[in-house]
Amino acid sequence: MGKQIYKMTVNGQVKEVMAEPRELLIYVLREKLDLTGPHVGCETSHCGACTVEMNGMSVKSCTVFAAQADGAEITTIEGLGDPDGLHVLQEAFKEHHGLQCGYCTPGMITRAHRLLQENPNPTEVEVRMGIAGNLCRCTGYQNIVKSILAAAAQINAAKEAAE
Amino acid sequence: MIPAAFEYHRPSDVAGALSLLSTHGDDARVLAGGHSLIPMMKLRMASVEHLVDLQDVAELKGISVADGHVTLGAMVTQHSLIESAELAEAAPIVREAALQIADPQVRYMGTVGGNVANGDPGNDMPGLMQCLDARFTLQGPNGSREVAARAYYEAAYFTARADDEILTQISFAVPVGGYAYEKQKRKVGDYATAACGVVLAKEGALCTSASVAMTNLADVPVWSEAAGAALVGTDCGPEAVKTAVAAAVADIDPAEDNRGPVAFKRHVAGIIIGRAISRAWSRA
Ligand SMILES: Cc1cc2nc3c(=O)[nH]c(=O)nc-3n(C[C@H](O)[C@H](O)[C@H](O)COP(=O)(O)OP(=O)(O)OC[C@H]3O[C@@H](n4cnc5c(N)ncnc54)[C@H](O)[C@@H]3O)c2cc1C
Ligand code: FES
Ligand code: FES
Repeated sequence: MGKQIYKMTVNGQVKEVMAEPRELLIYVLREKLDLTGPHVGCETSHCGACTVEMNGMSVKSCTVFAAQADGAEITTIEGLGDPDGLHVLQEAFKEHHGLQCGYCTPGMITRAHRLLQENPNPTEVEVRMGIAGNLCRCTGYQNIVKSILAAAAQINAAKEAAE
Repeated sequence: MIPAAFEYHRPSDVAGALSLLSTHGDDARVLAGGHSLIPMMKLRMASVEHLVDLQDVAELKGISVADGHVTLGAMVTQHSLIESAELAEAAPIVREAALQIADPQVRYMGTVGGNVANGDPGNDMPGLMQCLDARFTLQGPNGSREVAARAYYEAAYFTARADDEILTQISFAVPVGGYAYEKQKRKVGDYATAACGVVLAKEGALCTSASVAMTNLADVPVWSEAAGAALVGTDCGPEAVKTAVAAAVADIDPAEDNRGPVAFKRHVAGIIIGRAISRAWSRA
């Protein structure tokens, strides 16, 4: 099958891309849509650096074919925040030293974002289990867990204040 | 790591998927969550000319608990198995096992049907389904048939399913008594070095029925009838557990690989089986 036109909603915008069915979603995002936030760490479904959100699920985009993503709603780190308006999670990672080299960070934060949607008040153990599919070679995880817990607390406090 | 080219199909029902399999024969393969198949295609260890994606087949996505039976659609994801309150109530062993598969991202995509249909000895659901004495429904061009999980696995990647059949559902009786799925792995996200599922029932101080099945300790999942028999009528005390473990270990046939030599795997298996029995008993 040659190139097809696939339509996906990426970070809230409808995008059309030309790709072969066998192309991996991570390369569609990085090379066709210029979304270089999600990284390629292992390309073998192990490291989680390529994590994006697809139809309400955290997925490793190196293990999704372009064709499978046709019609999907996708959120990448670029959809969560930007330099002028960091997402609470991004702010928390910055504040609590949740990153060193930053390679794992887009995947980590995208995954943490989904985790907090499903479990707004996680325990430390639940955070650790929740990010078990994301490897970090630098931080030793301690500060990543701290960052996510801090972001959760902040989101919950903001919610309470709003009520 | 780009797989060979293929034609992609996305039927919206089982009938449509079956007709694609009939038309393309050996060249076609179904795609469920893709988390076993895509890695194999990337390594070019599997080549598929027609990929039939089941993601839109809604009829394969249900979980139901009724009349003492659990029925799982093939496309129910491991994530949904974990999230289902109904299932956690009726068969908590499924949740316990699913939580030990891979990691959250893999579990959002990976399906119970793909896991049991795949035929990889490392998959956890086949052993679990043998423990539960589940039945698999296979639908083909000439209708549907049921195969017992305990009769489904022939050799690594060889199963009772014909190429033109789709595994549509898995069903089993609501298990009674205690349960445990214990798994030894090198790290989160790894396949089992050894894993064991146990369900057993207790009346008074004695065990009245027991089922013991193991994962990744032979080229197919292993249900040990002898291990179950060794527990029935006992108090599942240390002696009985020892006898049952010996019976279970006699039924396995592990191979040496990067998880260790045969003697090590037998050792680990013994410990994991013993733990699974004791934990199931403590919950009975
Ligand atoms: C990093 C990583 C770690 C993993 N760790 C574990 C683990 O610890 N334990 C474990 O059990 N698994 C593990 N897996 C495998 C994962 O659980 C897979 O998702 C699962 O084995 C297959 O399910 P799937 O839906 O992804 O199937 P697919 O990959 O889509 O399909 C697998 C095979 O089954 C066939 N198939 C799928 N559905 C059907 C059907 N309905 N009817 C007929 N044939 C069908 C396909 O044609 C294919 O041959 C891991 C995977 C990864 C990437
Ligand atoms: S690049 Fe996808 S999991 Fe590592
Ligand atoms: S910050 Fe370097 S890999 Fe996580």
